[in-house]
Amino acid sequence: MTSVRSTLTALARGAALAGLALLGLAVGLVMLAAVLLTFLVGLVIVFPPAVRLARAVTRRQRELAARWSGVRIDDPYRPAPPPPVPQADGWYRDGRTLYRKPTIPAFNKRWNWMVKDPATWRDFAFLLSAPLAGGFMAAAPLLVAAYGVAWAAGGDPAMGVALILLAAISAPWYAPWAVRVHGRAAAALLGPTEKARLAQRISHLDAARTEVADAQAAELRRIERDLHDGAQARLVAIGMTIGAAEQLLESDPQAARALLGKAREASATALQEIRRLVRGIHPPVLAERGLGDAVRALALDSPLRTHVTVDLPERASAPLESAAYFAISELLANAARHGDATEAWVDVSAQGSALRVTVTDDGHGGADPERGTGLRGIERRLGAFDGVLAVSSPVGGPTTAVIELPRAFRTKPVPMSRWRYFGRLCWALWPIALFPQGLVAMGFKLAGSPVKSWFLGLHVPEPFQWPVIVGMIALGGGLLAVALAATVRSGQTEGGACG
Amino acid sequence: MRVVLAEDLHLLREGLVALLRAHGFEVVAAVESGPELLAALIGERPDVAVVDVRLPPTFTDEGLQAVLAARRQVPGLPVLVLSQHVEQLYARELLADGSGGVGYLLKDRVFNAEQFVDAVRRVAAGGTAMDPEVIARLLASNARNEPLGRLTPREREVLELMAEGRSNAAIAQRLYLSDSAVGKHTASIFAKLGLAPSDDDNRRVLAVLAFLNSK
Repeated sequence: MTSVRSTLTALARGAALAGLALLGLAVGLVMLAAVLLTFLVGLVIVFPPAVRLARAVTRRQRELAARWSGVRIDDPYRPAPPPPVPQADGWYRDGRTLYRKPTIPAFNKRWNWMVKDPATWRDFAFLLSAPLAGGFMAAAPLLVAAYGVAWAAGGDPAMGVALILLAAISAPWYAPWAVRVHGRAAAALLGPTEKARLAQRISHLDAARTEVADAQAAELRRIERDLHDGAQARLVAIGMTIGAAEQLLESDPQAARALLGKAREASATALQEIRRLVRGIHPPVLAERGLGDAVRALALDSPLRTHVTVDLPERASAPLESAAYFAISELLANAARHGDATEAWVDVSAQGSALRVTVTDDGHGGADPERGTGLRGIERRLGAFDGVLAVSSPVGGPTTAVIELPRAFRTKPVPMSRWRYFGRLCWALWPIALFPQGLVAMGFKLAGSPVKSWFLGLHVPEPFQWPVIVGMIALGGGLLAVALAATVRSGQTEGGACG
Repeated sequence: MRVVLAEDLHLLREGLVALLRAHGFEVVAAVESGPELLAALIGERPDVAVVDVRLPPTFTDEGLQAVLAARRQVPGLPVLVLSQHVEQLYARELLADGSGGVGYLLKDRVFNAEQFVDAVRRVAAGGTAMDPEVIARLLASNARNEPLGRLTPREREVLELMAEGRSNAAIAQRLYLSDSAVGKHTASIFAKLGLAPSDDDNRRVLAVLAFLNSK
């Protein structure tokens, strides 16, 4: 039953994909018209709507590929341009022209963004080729059956029945396979190119770097101000007090003694301030003991009953430890401050080469990363290391925050696996065994040709000729099977190492 | 009284040596690194050791590790640990063996020679000297602890001083109370916290610290 149902589902999906391909073709033709109007007639105004229409269809294709074929296709488009910003005099500059209103500069920016993005043209190519590239293939069983009905109606029932039977028999394995392959074929044109991927990555890194640089500058400024207004000012005061005491030493030893006492108190306060400042820059426990004990120390200082589990293979790099530490510190403080929690659990562990921290509390929940500046700050701090923060905080609790920092620990470099060498060898050898030594030799043998060429099967004595030929065919097939298996396997181990 | 001193800053080390000598201590070894310290503690068996947490060669918690290792070999070896910062975590590790003779103070406490020397003597006698800041943080992290909320402000003051390791007489002097008043407060504190009363100063301190640490 399930296999019948899955076959029917696959057939329906195939039909839907074919339908979408035809729709895509129609949109592709509309876009072709828009392109011709734009570049031949100069009717630039029609181009952006056509591109938006095309993107709507390809977006649907990507969704279906993910849902039906299990192939994730990322958006390949470049980031949209920001809206135009007026100059100081309120005018908008675009190249060497000034505009009173932002409409035309905005249109120009959008137009350039669409025309210069290769993804636009790859979408276009996909839409025009979609029916051939995958649509008909996905719907093939239905088309063959329909063709059979047409034959039957045309007066050749035997041919018609044969075609319908062929479709019905092949459908159970063909239809699901075709839907899967359709997704992969779509990925080739709809996915981002390596260049687009790099461009997206660079724009992300660029933004992250700017944020980090800004945050760092602000941090240094804060430290400078704290030192200037705090410890530095106090040291000046201490110096002056001691100077005054020195002058009074002869004339009024009592007063001098009082002044020296004051200087001592001031030096203790200065030390206290510096200590607080140091704790904010880089907590001493973190430097002395690493992340695990630093988190334990945090837990002891927290008013919450905090349970800590730490399982780390080695110390992560200092900046990473520091980022994780301050994130945990902020999360625990949030739990105590806003969440009305009494108990918290902190789990610090390594996931492959990544560092993962989970902070859970029993508070009343309702934390929203969009609104809380604290959570936003944590995200920014982690962003510098490609780290992410995920918060689940339903109203009523509990709140769980998960931090993941990739590449925190060294992992052993994955050597090129033996499977992969073996796979390559098999890939190289199977055609030789299967074709010349196997099938071609068999053809020569059947035809009784006198030519023996380099076919081993024809050189051995008569009784061994057939076994050698059949053996060669079997060997070729076997090598092909092993090559496929090895490729799949090494792909899996690599995937495992990356994920 | 024989003292081993470990401090890597030359100026501070010389200052401490002078201070201790002026108060009648005999400094048998003044070292500047972790391995030297462990050797001195085991070799000299001093009456008390004054140790900086952060020492060469690693400049992490070398001094603390040496002290903990020495106390594993010589249980109850009196040590007074000094640091630029105090951590509850380290205080717990020092107190963990429950044998007393432990001090943990901020370095600034050296400024007040009288109190510092008093703390060294207390530790040498098997008592406890916890920094007020450690106690403040202990109490802050116990803010939601039910029985602590029932203490009166005065009892809280007494509790803080008691947790630092001070005797009834010292508490009385500090808070301008009579000995008997302090005795009444401590009895009330022990009743409210559900601890068994004890006349022995040191056992009393350890009970209070264990209570605060049991969060």
